[in-house]
Amino acid sequence: MSLLATSSQTVGPYVAIGFARLNNDNLAPAGVTGERITVTGCIVDGDGEPMADAVVEIWQANAHGRYAHPEAVSETPLEPAFKGFGRIPTDASGRFRFTSIKPGRVPGAGAAMQAPHLNVLIFSRGLLKHLSTRMYFPDDPANTEDPILQRVPAERRQTLIARQGTGRHELEWNVVVQGAGETVFFDL
Amino acid sequence: MSDVKGYRRPFWDTQPDYLYPHYRSTVKRSPSRPLVVLPQTLSEVTGPLFGYDDIGGKDDDLTRQHEGAPLGERIVVSGRVLDENGRPVPGALIEMWQANAAGRYRHVSDQHDAPLDPNFSGCGRLLTDDAGRYRFMTIKPGSYPWRNHSNAWRPAHLHFALFGLGLAQRLVTQMYFPGDPLLPYDPMYNCIPDDKARQRLISVFDWENTIPEFALAYRFDIVLRGRDSTPMGG
Repeated sequence: MSLLATSSQTVGPYVAIGFARLNNDNLAPAGVTGERITVTGCIVDGDGEPMADAVVEIWQANAHGRYAHPEAVSETPLEPAFKGFGRIPTDASGRFRFTSIKPGRVPGAGAAMQAPHLNVLIFSRGLLKHLSTRMYFPDDPANTEDPILQRVPAERRQTLIARQGTGRHELEWNVVVQGAGETVFFDL
Repeated sequence: MSDVKGYRRPFWDTQPDYLYPHYRSTVKRSPSRPLVVLPQTLSEVTGPLFGYDDIGGKDDDLTRQHEGAPLGERIVVSGRVLDENGRPVPGALIEMWQANAAGRYRHVSDQHDAPLDPNFSGCGRLLTDDAGRYRFMTIKPGSYPWRNHSNAWRPAHLHFALFGLGLAQRLVTQMYFPGDPLLPYDPMYNCIPDDKARQRLISVFDWENTIPEFALAYRFDIVLRGRDSTPMGG
């Protein structure tokens, strides 16, 4: 039996009410191990205008590099308090902020390991399909051998890597949906 | 080995492009550079999973979330969530949101001159059962004007957002109603290149699931991306 995937449609301007129940800007409640991080950023459109009606979703592995998912079979431990899912609506200035832990490395194809990264989806009015991207960590030595980063043209790679913020655990990562400095988006 | 069985990319003409100028908001919100094709890894074939802790008792019945009954025509909306291989997707979280019977959302930005209904929030969620089935009780949403172009009106619709079993299966769509005269004028509906794919967003009147002397019913089946049978190469 072969069916065709249902067509994507925009979430529209009122997604906030539909998504509110599962909003979560703290992915790492007390007891979860790992290096605490706070990520802040802004989403802007092709005019540089903030996107105040967007929603950011995060999917990430725990500090041991294990996803809380049955398909992620490995020797590395699960942590019951860590689900790895975040959802943050942007505010009136198009900004988002969440706290989490830095994920460990997860397997790539073959024997390759991926550099620590957050998987990020973006939803908003004007997006007929959601956007998929990734956030990597500044100055992580694994970035140079990450198989996905290596597929991205070198001059655009920095759009996927957060900048160190003022505090040691503060990261800044902006998303440019269109135009100069456009963030790399993936076709999954 | 860590090679994973990836999810097939949908046929191009079943999905809209990011840029569809008839829907004005896409003009400045569509990426101008081509997407980078990503060979799926564990990061894409896994994804958040949800359970009954994430669902409230009345989340699948939008007519019973307040003290009184909402105004409007009660309807049952049900169907199955399958993948492209025809297999049911059990445990899929569906989030649904909609306008009330007068065509107004309970959202601060919705300034349409139509009444809010104190007995209707317009948001629900549920998990599909072992056969991929779902069922919402709600009221039929009204049409409403928007400012995309002169005298623009959205056909009545429900928003659906689904988590499948992996990130690659995430889907957001809209369900329409059969015979809606606004469909041919709607850029949202028309943004899908393939006519048959577009028509699959229109629910089917569902006599079997009507409730005598209480509610009419509509059926809307949803198909998520299917998996390849062989692992992706390194």
